Amino acid sequence: MVVKDSKKTATKNACKLCTPLGACIALKGVKNAMPLLHGSQGCATYMRRYLIGHFKEPVDIASSNFTEHSTIFGGGQNLETGIKNVLKAYNPKLIGIATTCLTETIGEDVNLMLNNILKSSDFQEYPEIVSVSTASYSGTHIDGYYHAIREIVKTLAKADFAGDRINILNGLFSPADIRHIKEILDDFGIDYSLLPDYSETFDGASWETYNKIPEGGTELGDIKLMGVAGASIEFGKTFNYESAGSYLEDKMGIKNHRLHYPIGIKQTDVFFNVLEKISGLKTPQKYINERGRLVDSYVDGHKYVFGKKAIVFGEEDFVLGLVSFLTEIGIHPVLVASGGESGKLEQYVDVIKSKTGFNKDILVKQGLDFTEIEEYAKTLSPDLLIGNSKGYSFGKKIKVPLIRVGFPIHDRFGGQRILHIGYRGAQNLFDTIVNTIIEERQKSSDIGYSYM
Amino acid sequence: MKILEGREKQIYRHGEDSYDISCEKQSLAGSVSQRACVFCGSRVVLYPIADAVHLVHGPIGCAAYTWDIRGALSSGPELHRLSFSTDLRETDVIYGGEKKLYNSLIELIEKYEPKAAFVYSTCIIGVIGDDVTSVCKKVTKETGVEVIPVHSEGFKGTKKDGYTAACNAMFRLMGTGDTSKISDYSINILGDFNIAGETWIIKDYYKRMGIEVVSCVTGDGRIDEIRRAHGAKLNVVQCSGSVTKLAQMMEEKWGIPYIRVSYFGIEDMSEALYDVARHFENEEILNKTKELVSSEIQSIYPQLMEMKEDLQGKKAAIYTGGAFKAFSLIKALKHIGMKTVMAGSQTGNKEDYKLLKEVCDEGTIIVDDSNPIELASFMIEKDIDLFIGGVKERPIAFKLGVGFCDHNHERKIALAGFIGMLNFAKEVYTSVMSPVWNFVPRREKQLRESEGL
Repeated sequence: MVVKDSKKTATKNACKLCTPLGACIALKGVKNAMPLLHGSQGCATYMRRYLIGHFKEPVDIASSNFTEHSTIFGGGQNLETGIKNVLKAYNPKLIGIATTCLTETIGEDVNLMLNNILKSSDFQEYPEIVSVSTASYSGTHIDGYYHAIREIVKTLAKADFAGDRINILNGLFSPADIRHIKEILDDFGIDYSLLPDYSETFDGASWETYNKIPEGGTELGDIKLMGVAGASIEFGKTFNYESAGSYLEDKMGIKNHRLHYPIGIKQTDVFFNVLEKISGLKTPQKYINERGRLVDSYVDGHKYVFGKKAIVFGEEDFVLGLVSFLTEIGIHPVLVASGGESGKLEQYVDVIKSKTGFNKDILVKQGLDFTEIEEYAKTLSPDLLIGNSKGYSFGKKIKVPLIRVGFPIHDRFGGQRILHIGYRGAQNLFDTIVNTIIEERQKSSDIGYSYM
Repeated sequence: MKILEGREKQIYRHGEDSYDISCEKQSLAGSVSQRACVFCGSRVVLYPIADAVHLVHGPIGCAAYTWDIRGALSSGPELHRLSFSTDLRETDVIYGGEKKLYNSLIELIEKYEPKAAFVYSTCIIGVIGDDVTSVCKKVTKETGVEVIPVHSEGFKGTKKDGYTAACNAMFRLMGTGDTSKISDYSINILGDFNIAGETWIIKDYYKRMGIEVVSCVTGDGRIDEIRRAHGAKLNVVQCSGSVTKLAQMMEEKWGIPYIRVSYFGIEDMSEALYDVARHFENEEILNKTKELVSSEIQSIYPQLMEMKEDLQGKKAAIYTGGAFKAFSLIKALKHIGMKTVMAGSQTGNKEDYKLLKEVCDEGTIIVDDSNPIELASFMIEKDIDLFIGGVKERPIAFKLGVGFCDHNHERKIALAGFIGMLNFAKEVYTSVMSPVWNFVPRREKQLRESEGL
C-alpha cells in the first residue's frame, strides 16, 4: 500500500468522516446483518448517533468494547464475547466486523482470531462472518464503504457457471436512490443482485413490535449469486484498490462496468446504455418519457441557472456525478472539493468536462476541509453551495445558499429521501436548484414579483 | 426478551426484585451500549468553553463526530463550535504524531488567538507513544497560551473517567486568576452547560438574589473565569456525575464547600435557590429568593395546570446519561400528571439507584447501562406514551410509535429553570398529544379493537 504524506497541520471542520463509518453503512445494507466494531465503545456510539441524525432510524452497531487490558493483551476475548452476545441478542445471519484505528494500530489479526473463535466455539450454527480492515487513519468513510462491499462479496460470492444476472454494486446513495435503481431494474425485467441495499433498513415503516434488525437489505443468497452473474455495474471510480467489481472480474471472470454515479442526463444515459447492452433489452418507455420531461424542463429553466457559479463538496465520486450534472445545465462549478484524497478527482473532472463540452476552468481540490473551502469561497464568490449539510456553517457566514444533497443531512428533514440519481433524480435536483435561485431573486427584490 | 448473561442484575423491578442493582461496570462486549467512551466524557464537559481551542489528537473520526453537536451557547467567542483534529494518517501512526500536534497547535493559536488550548488524546495516542504533555509544555512556553493535555484515550475506562480527565484539566487553570474583588456572596455554577441558554436563566436567578456568579463550569465558559473560580465562596454542583470530582478537589485545596442541586422541575429548581440562599445565612438574600420563586411559579403555573388536564395518567420512561437528572424528571412529570414507569441511566452509581428506588412507584423498572433491545421491550411492556432520552433513544421510541422528549445535549430548547419547566411541559405535550400516534401500528390496532373492528 502506498503510504501517503499528509497535511502538516490541523484539519479544521473536516469534509470527511472516518473509514469504519462507511463500512457500517454498507453492512447495514445486508439482510439480517449486524455490524460489530472492533475497538472502543465510543466509536460505535458516535457513529450510531451520526447515522441516526441523517436517517432518523434505529442504527444498532455493536462494539467489542476495548479496555486497557484488551489494548495491552489483545482483544481476542472481547471479540469472541462480542460475537456471542450479538448472536444471543440479535440472532443475525451475518456479522460484519470492522476494525478501528485502535485495533489496527496495536496490530490485531482479526482473521486469525476469527479462525480460533470459530474452531473453539460451542455454538451450533454460526452466521456468516465478514471482516473488513478499516483503519481510520487511512482513507475516509467512502473507502470504508467500498472496502466493506468488497469483503462481503469476497466472503460470500461463489463462482460457478456464468448466468445472465446483473450485479449492481452501489455507490453511497440515499435510500430513495437505491429504491429508484431497483425500480429501474425491475422495469427492465432484469435479474439482479444489488449490494448494499439499505433502502428499507435505513428508511422503513413504523413497527408494531421491535425488530432487532430492521427488515430489508440484500439477501445473502443474492450475494452468493454474484459469482454467477453475466456482468457487474459498479458505481464509483475514485480509488486505487481492488473493488468488489474488480474482484469479481479478476477472480470470476465477470465483466465489470465501472461507472460514475448516475447524476444528470449524461451519466444516467451511460447507465441505461450499459443496462441495454448487457441485457439486450430496450429502455422501458417510462424512462424515455422521464428523460423527455427532464429535457423539456432543462429548456424551461435554463436561463435561471446558466452561468451561475457553484462550489461543490462531498465524497469524490458523489461530487463527480454532480459536476457532470451541473456542467450539462450550464452551472459553473468554480470549486470541486473533497476531504477524500484518491488522487483521481482532477483527472475525472477533466474527462467529464470533455464529455459535457464544458470549457471553463474548474478548480479541483482534494483533501480540503471546510475552513479551506471557505477561504476559496471568498475569492470565487459562488452563487450556490451544493453538498451535504456540513457546509451550512460557512455558507451562513458568507451568505450563500446551500443546496443540501448527499450525506449527511443533519439540519433538514428527509435527507434519506432525497433522490439524486436517474432522470428522476436529475429532475429533483434541477427543480430544487432553479427554485433556490428564484427564491434568492425574490427575496433580494423589493418589488415582490409574484410571477417569476 | 432474553437478557444478556451478565446483565441480569442491572435491571431491577421495584417491588418485585430484592437485590441491589448492579452498576458502574464496563459495558458487555457486543451489547450495543448507549454509552460512549472516555474521550466523549472529557469532550462534553469541556466543550462549552468558548474561548479555548479544542484540538482532538488522533485520526479524523473523533473530531468529526463531535463537531458542533451540542446546543451549548456562548455570549461571545464561539471557538467551541469548530472541529479541530490532527487528522493523523498512516505516516503519523508509524513515525509518531508529535510534530503534527506541535504544528497544529502553533497554527491554531496563531489563527484563532485562544485564551487556552485543550488537547484531547484519543485511543491510539498512548499506543503510538506520543508525549503529548511535553508538546503542550513546549507550545505553552513558546506562545504564552496555556496548552492543557486531556488524557482521554477512549478505551481507558468509561465516560466517567473522561469526566475526571476534564476536571483535572480545569483544575490546572484554577488558582491562577485574581480573586480580590469577589463578593462574600459568590458561587460557581458547576455542571451546567448552557444548553439553549440555560446557564443564562440560572445566572439571572442568582443575580436577582444578590449573588455573584464567579464562573460557570462550563456553560458559556471562559478560561479567565475558570482561573478565578477558587475565589468563590460556594460551589453549586449540577449534573453531579461529571463535575462533583472538581468540587471535591476545590474543597480540598481551597476549602470551598459544595452543594448538589438540580435545575429541572419546580421543586428542585426552587430547592436549588433556597439551598444557596440558606447557605449564606443572609436575610435579604433569603427574602429575595422567596420573592423570586413565588413570582416565577405564579407565572408558569396556570399553563402547567392546563396541560396537566390532558396529560393526566400518561406513562413515561426516562433514560439519561447520569442518574441525578432522573430524580428531577420524575418529579417534574408528576407535576403535569404523568407517571414514570421506567427510569434508567448510562452511568448511575449505587447511591443514585438507591435514591431512584425511593422516588419510584412499585412496578417501575430501573435499569443501568441499557441497550436498544431492552429499552424497546420496556416501552412495549409498559405501553408508554413518552420516552425521555437523547438522540440515540429517539428513533427507538419513534419506530414504535412512542412520543419523545430530548433531554440531552442536542436539545435546542431550555429545560432548566422555571421557564424551562414550562418549556418541558410544552415539549412533552407537543409529542404526547399529537394525533399522528393514531396511525402507528401499535395504536392503530388498539383503536381498531376498541371500536370493535
